[in-house]
Amino acid sequence: MPDFDIVTAALVGGVLTGGVYALVALGLTLIYGVLHIVNFAHGALLMVAMFGAWFLATALGLDPYAAVPVVALGMFCVGWALYRFVIGRVSRGEDRAILLTTLGLSVVLENLALVLFRGDTRTIETALSFEMVEIGPLLLPVAKIVSAGVALVLAGLLWAFMDLTATGRAIRAVAREPVGARLVGIRPDRMFALAYGIGVGCLGAAGCLLLPSFYVSPSVGENFVLVAFTIVVLGGMGSFPGALVGGILVGVAESLGGLFLGESLGPISISVTFIAILLLRPTGLFGAAR
Amino acid sequence: MRWGLVCIALLMPLALPSQYLVTLAMLTLVSAGLGQAWNLAGGFGGLTSFGHVAFFGLGAYAAAIVQLRLGWSPWLGLPLAALVGLGAGLLVGFASFRAGLRGSYFALVTLAFAEAFRVLANSLDITGAGLGLQLRMAPGLEAFQFVDRRLSYLAALVFLVLATAAALHLRASRFGARLAAVRESEAAASALGIDVVRTKSLALALSGALTALGGVLYLQTYLYIDPSIAFSPQRSVEMLLVAMIGGAGTVWGPLLGALVLHVVAEGTQLLVSRPGVAPMMYGVLLLLIVWLLPGGIASLRGRIARHA
Amino acid sequence: MTDAETRSATNRHMPRRAVIGAGAAGIAALAAPSVLRAQPAAIRLGLIHPVSGALAFSGNQCRLGATMAIDDINAAGGVKSLGGARIEPLLGDAQGRPEIAASLVDQMAEQGAAAFVGCFASALGLAATQAAAKYNIPFSIDSGIVDSLTTRGLKNVYRLFPNASSVTADALMALDAINKKAGSPAKSCVIVHEDSAFGTQTAQQLAGLLPKIGIEVKSLIAHATPTRDFTNIVLRIKSEKPDLVMISNYQNEYVALARTLVQQRVDLVGTYSVAGGGFNLKFAKEMPGIAEGMLDFNHWYAPKDPRAVAFRKRVEDASQTMTWEVLFGYFAVKLLGDAWQRAGSAGKEETIAALASSTFSDHFMPYGPTKFTNGQNSGSHAVALQIQKGDMEVVWPDAFASAAAVFPRAKL
Repeated sequence: MPDFDIVTAALVGGVLTGGVYALVALGLTLIYGVLHIVNFAHGALLMVAMFGAWFLATALGLDPYAAVPVVALGMFCVGWALYRFVIGRVSRGEDRAILLTTLGLSVVLENLALVLFRGDTRTIETALSFEMVEIGPLLLPVAKIVSAGVALVLAGLLWAFMDLTATGRAIRAVAREPVGARLVGIRPDRMFALAYGIGVGCLGAAGCLLLPSFYVSPSVGENFVLVAFTIVVLGGMGSFPGALVGGILVGVAESLGGLFLGESLGPISISVTFIAILLLRPTGLFGAAR
Repeated sequence: MRWGLVCIALLMPLALPSQYLVTLAMLTLVSAGLGQAWNLAGGFGGLTSFGHVAFFGLGAYAAAIVQLRLGWSPWLGLPLAALVGLGAGLLVGFASFRAGLRGSYFALVTLAFAEAFRVLANSLDITGAGLGLQLRMAPGLEAFQFVDRRLSYLAALVFLVLATAAALHLRASRFGARLAAVRESEAAASALGIDVVRTKSLALALSGALTALGGVLYLQTYLYIDPSIAFSPQRSVEMLLVAMIGGAGTVWGPLLGALVLHVVAEGTQLLVSRPGVAPMMYGVLLLLIVWLLPGGIASLRGRIARHA
Repeated sequence: MTDAETRSATNRHMPRRAVIGAGAAGIAALAAPSVLRAQPAAIRLGLIHPVSGALAFSGNQCRLGATMAIDDINAAGGVKSLGGARIEPLLGDAQGRPEIAASLVDQMAEQGAAAFVGCFASALGLAATQAAAKYNIPFSIDSGIVDSLTTRGLKNVYRLFPNASSVTADALMALDAINKKAGSPAKSCVIVHEDSAFGTQTAQQLAGLLPKIGIEVKSLIAHATPTRDFTNIVLRIKSEKPDLVMISNYQNEYVALARTLVQQRVDLVGTYSVAGGGFNLKFAKEMPGIAEGMLDFNHWYAPKDPRAVAFRKRVEDASQTMTWEVLFGYFAVKLLGDAWQRAGSAGKEETIAALASSTFSDHFMPYGPTKFTNGQNSGSHAVALQIQKGDMEVVWPDAFASAAAVFPRAKL
């Protein structure tokens, strides 16, 4: 039985990792909530964002934290264009077609990265890579605290944007009443592309925040696909607070799972949580009945 | 007449002078067989699975474990694997469909099941954990290990014939009709008195049993499995691609899809050998099919016939 | 583009294009063997590596070494006893999938491959060697550490390099020597290993042997590949208070673990990995703050041999990273070249006989005399390495050492 300090440290570490997970999941839940599509390309797009951050860091010496707005904006454009020119056209709005389109996209993106960057794993070091703060008995990496903090601030901003701005309200209107929205002059396809762009933009920020304490390789996104979906179903598909709380819960579950089940069997906590939620309480913790 | 041609075409590779070409043909047939197994649930039943490799891996592991730990004959591994695949299909199906999972949710839950099995195989002693399981080399018919690739080809052919027979059965039988009704509209089917959960679970079980047989075929050819080989997510995607590209829900679609996929893979390799290009083409092909030809290549004939 | 690059660029498309005529070529070869032998026909050598997929980096490194060796042999006038026959590579990408590795063997066998070199990963090697056994074509293994590659009775398989059990046994001998010399500061350890074949096998052997050299094993910690966060593992290590952390895992996890050990300020006498996947010059250069003083038992060249220094310079001048995989690819081919030279033939039987009796010595590895027992060279050994000032130094055995071990490592 691990002692108390280790459990505490695992808890806190899980919460910090969960903060960044939440940002990844926020993009996914936004896309689901507005477009009602399951974006299977989410992991691959996160990989694209991480390569973007990596490229800016190695080629231009731009610190990943400073790169957050640049990569987020870049990924917004990528997402917007993908929806406008690929997903929207290819899938014709059918559930299965959308799923297969996003699957196809993820296969293309992952292998495109393999063609461009080869299979190597890349890491970077930032000024914060080795900084630690001591809080009681705990030593916490500053990079992780900053990442979790920035992730939460961005989540708040996104929430405010969706609630307070005209564009945000228009997007939500389309999500709820596509026909009604059209009648008042909102063009649904534009709003869909915008929402998809924002969701993918979240990944841009998340990619920058993950890179300093992680690595990037063409297949890195696969690690996050199931994690992100688990968070989203845990929190309830389409729910913002759900994604935040779900992110932190999954971060903690992963951390404690590793501690108690061993790091080998530990990862099973993610897939088992996912299966259990879908089978037993598909609306998630916060979702209303579908 | 048409059947005769198909038979001749399928037996032709046996006359090839090249073991390599026989190998290619064998790999194509195995892909087609696995694609057909996926198609039974994914095409005829509309149950899009992203984690079919779960059945493949379970079958391979079941056969390997009884050989290594209990000394069973490899031939007995076949019915056992089919039973394991059947049972897993029933369980996964019943649990998911009873909870009302469909479409994307079902796809994701199968993905999670495959991942959970991979982690389990990676941690349990009975599966050799990360060390994997290696069969003793004992070439010969009694050990179900073939040195001559033509025999492996024949085994793959039998597998494909079995899977195709199951597909033909679905097309013609009353169970198949019920499954089609459920695929088109669950509400309507259930109003007709069809037990929706039962029908879908049975389709998944049939599909799982055949996929598990594919796993045994793999094991007996390469004699070694480990968790990342047996439960590789790429194999799930490949099964889906083969069926989708050829034509989901059609009897000949998976064979067509496997042919096209292997020709594309070899062709791309011939032109550009840079890693990643060939698998990228798979993704592009899937996008093109979903966009332009949702019925898959098999639907072309209908289109041409309509134009003529 | 240098001559060598042009050649490998043209060769790159060879195998696939050759497929089309494979059947016909096979028949022609059967009908007219004497014609082919009359002139120095090129010897075809199949190189099977995972150059795409998760193992791409290592696979490409092996391939790089192998093609360098082929270029060297050809540049020196080919295989002289065969009238200067040139070696022509057939390049195959196993993509990390055993079934592809095996089908490449079939393909290349038909293109007339006289021998194979491959496949970096053990799972690929198992599939490829058993496929090659069918044709009795000699197979020179360039890695693939599992013992069973050469212990399951395949007559065509030869490995110049040490296998897993000999690496582990030697690793402990080295650790014991380094520890004793420093006055035995290391009395206990924790073993961290990845949970697939390579890490598990190594860790289990280590755990059995460590008590014999006076080091208590406090616990074994397995982790999956990939593992994203090592904080929990490191905290567990910290609470066990070992003197030493022993590591056996792959690249990403090795680096992540090393980084977390530093971040959490774990007070250690040292870290010692066995074939540490991330222990290389790239790591030493990119993360000097973490890497300094880390010990590893691994494959490497004999650093005092001027040919080794020149070889490394050649690799680095081509802006490639010098890793042990390059050496393995290189000498796996050289071993075959030597066998062909002595056999005066590239025939299967003759080559296998020449390999079995090989005393190959034209290398700069820290090895004793080459002697094959059931296909495994018993004269091969890995060495203890330490990262010192951003470079890798051999610190054991003394006969090959380029520096003395800093043990215990400097305080962080």
